[in-house]
Amino acid sequence: MADASLSASRPRSLFPSWETVSYVLRRWPIIPILIIAVLVVVGLLAPIISPHDPLNVDLDSRNTPPFWYQAEMATKTVVQQVDKWDVEARTTQISLRDVRKEFPDREWALGDTVEVVTKLGGDSDHWLGTDQTGRDVLSRMIHGARVSLLVTAVSLSSGLVVGTVLGLVAGYADQIFPRFGNHIDETIMRIVEITYAVPTILIALVIVIVFGQSFAVLLALLAFVAWNAFPRNVRAEVLSLKTSDYVALAKVAGAGPLRIMFVHIFPGVINTILVISTLRVGQLILTEAILSFLGAGIPPPRPAWGAMVADGREYLADAWWISLFPGVCIFLVVMALNFLGDWMRDRFDPRLRQLE
Amino acid sequence: MQRFIIRRLIYMVVTMIAATLLVFTLSRIVGDPRLLYVQEGGYGLSQEAWDDLGRKLHLQYPVIVQYGFWLADALRADLGESMLDRKPVAEIIWEAFPNTLQMALGGWIVATVLGVPLGVLSAVKRGSIWDYIGRTVALSGQTLPVFWIGIMGILIFSVAIRDTAFAPLALPVGGKPDHFSIKHFILPCITLGWFPAAGYLRLTRSAMLDVMDSEYIKLARAKGVNSTMVLWKHAFRNAILAPLTFSSLILAGFITGAIVTETVFSWPGLGRLAFTAVDDNDFPLMVGLVLVFTGMFLVVNMITDLLYAYVDPRIRYG
Repeated sequence: MADASLSASRPRSLFPSWETVSYVLRRWPIIPILIIAVLVVVGLLAPIISPHDPLNVDLDSRNTPPFWYQAEMATKTVVQQVDKWDVEARTTQISLRDVRKEFPDREWALGDTVEVVTKLGGDSDHWLGTDQTGRDVLSRMIHGARVSLLVTAVSLSSGLVVGTVLGLVAGYADQIFPRFGNHIDETIMRIVEITYAVPTILIALVIVIVFGQSFAVLLALLAFVAWNAFPRNVRAEVLSLKTSDYVALAKVAGAGPLRIMFVHIFPGVINTILVISTLRVGQLILTEAILSFLGAGIPPPRPAWGAMVADGREYLADAWWISLFPGVCIFLVVMALNFLGDWMRDRFDPRLRQLE
Repeated sequence: MQRFIIRRLIYMVVTMIAATLLVFTLSRIVGDPRLLYVQEGGYGLSQEAWDDLGRKLHLQYPVIVQYGFWLADALRADLGESMLDRKPVAEIIWEAFPNTLQMALGGWIVATVLGVPLGVLSAVKRGSIWDYIGRTVALSGQTLPVFWIGIMGILIFSVAIRDTAFAPLALPVGGKPDHFSIKHFILPCITLGWFPAAGYLRLTRSAMLDVMDSEYIKLARAKGVNSTMVLWKHAFRNAILAPLTFSSLILAGFITGAIVTETVFSWPGLGRLAFTAVDDNDFPLMVGLVLVFTGMFLVVNMITDLLYAYVDPRIRYG
């Protein structure tokens, strides 16, 4: 009996229980929203918060590891000349010339021993290390987020406008042009179908060769990737909305077809557009990363996550951090967007589940 | 069935012509196509070479005739010379082709072996460990960039492993030796197969869930067929059709995957050629590659369509 009263009056803990936490995390997409919020804030504030200039080359501190790395030291004997083909000699000896260059403030003689750094340690100046030309990885990642954000925002919005208008037209064309409306519908949907099977990256590579690597080309390519998910789903929505009573009433009240399309039907498809946009952004970021990785995306030297991974590919054995961190960023952002998109789909528009 | 095949063949030819038209238009859209043959920052062309190139491209004729000449050349597998090493494009592609084919085959095997059984298992045993593994593979296939999977593979299985007791198991960083070596295939094939595996998995899973819910499965159960039989003979045979229908979508991803994977692993195939072509602004080589990739895409698409029609009479007579 005492037990029961005890548990009832147990003081409320300051921290929520694990059950509550996991329930909330499963019900609301908190982690994805956090990741995306961080991305947006970092992208917007990039010039203010990045510790270094992302383009600043510093060959003296190239391939500096992340901050937790300890420097490796070794004791070497000073000799006249090191046989550079002898691995054993190289790790235990240092030539008189080199030691004089490195420690000029001391007199050196043959046979002295000296403590030298054989492997650079991390330093607090470059938290995530530097790349093969000494540029700060963290700063480049921060500026890369900004570029990614910019590119996806522009290409998504242009793709969204084109795709949505085409979807609306395809779904409502038979009301505007009673005679040949269904042909318009069919043509649009056929084109959309074809673009689904186009290997975009291949086309992108040809276009980049012809027009050169530039921002405009990249934006056009990504807009092409972005638009084709919209017409199909918007059209399906329009088809169900246009037979509804309120549209019929609007027609009776004398609204013209264009007015019905944009004022009465369009608000009904906003949910759909929102869901598809979220799911598409992830794909756009992935495509941009792949294009940048292949050297056909964001023109260098502007930092891009995909290009950073590509840069680090040749230095994997000694400098894994150049590739790893930007890759993790791409993965986290794309995953967050996917989760968020799925959540929004279940929440706003469960019918889309069958379509995607 | 005959009409179906003819229709598909016509579709194939039309698409191929569309691809050639696209490439040709792109080459003429910049004005003088000879500009594409002059390397940026290079030495330029002499007047004679310039005129010679003009004759080779038949620039004295109207554009439509130029296209005719170009198409006739392409049909005879004469795609011009690569700009970098002055070798015929067809020859370069022909040498790289088997390497890509081998890797694609390996990737496809990985995709099928990983995707289809996991899809079935995660549908049948919902909520079990298999379901979670399946969901992880599906999600990571959708969200992990192909090149990053490859690079992580190299980091873990060839770089990090060197300093541990597992060093003898370390896999090569890339490249393809002249002799056959299975070790060189493991990482590239898994990298290439991961994305299509996720696609196959999701399709198989949803198809399997659909089928398991249907009346005839309930009937089979009710009359006492044992559950293994129901699963593999009744349900699986119908569910396996679904991945076939989406083959073209998965294939488009496969081509992208091949380009990226070959670049990551320095694999001497067509995808790597595409990467170097972009790097060197090698237009003739890229044109050849686009045509070959499109052709491969269409042929494989055709084969899967025929397969689909063969197993599903509704397509054949529809």
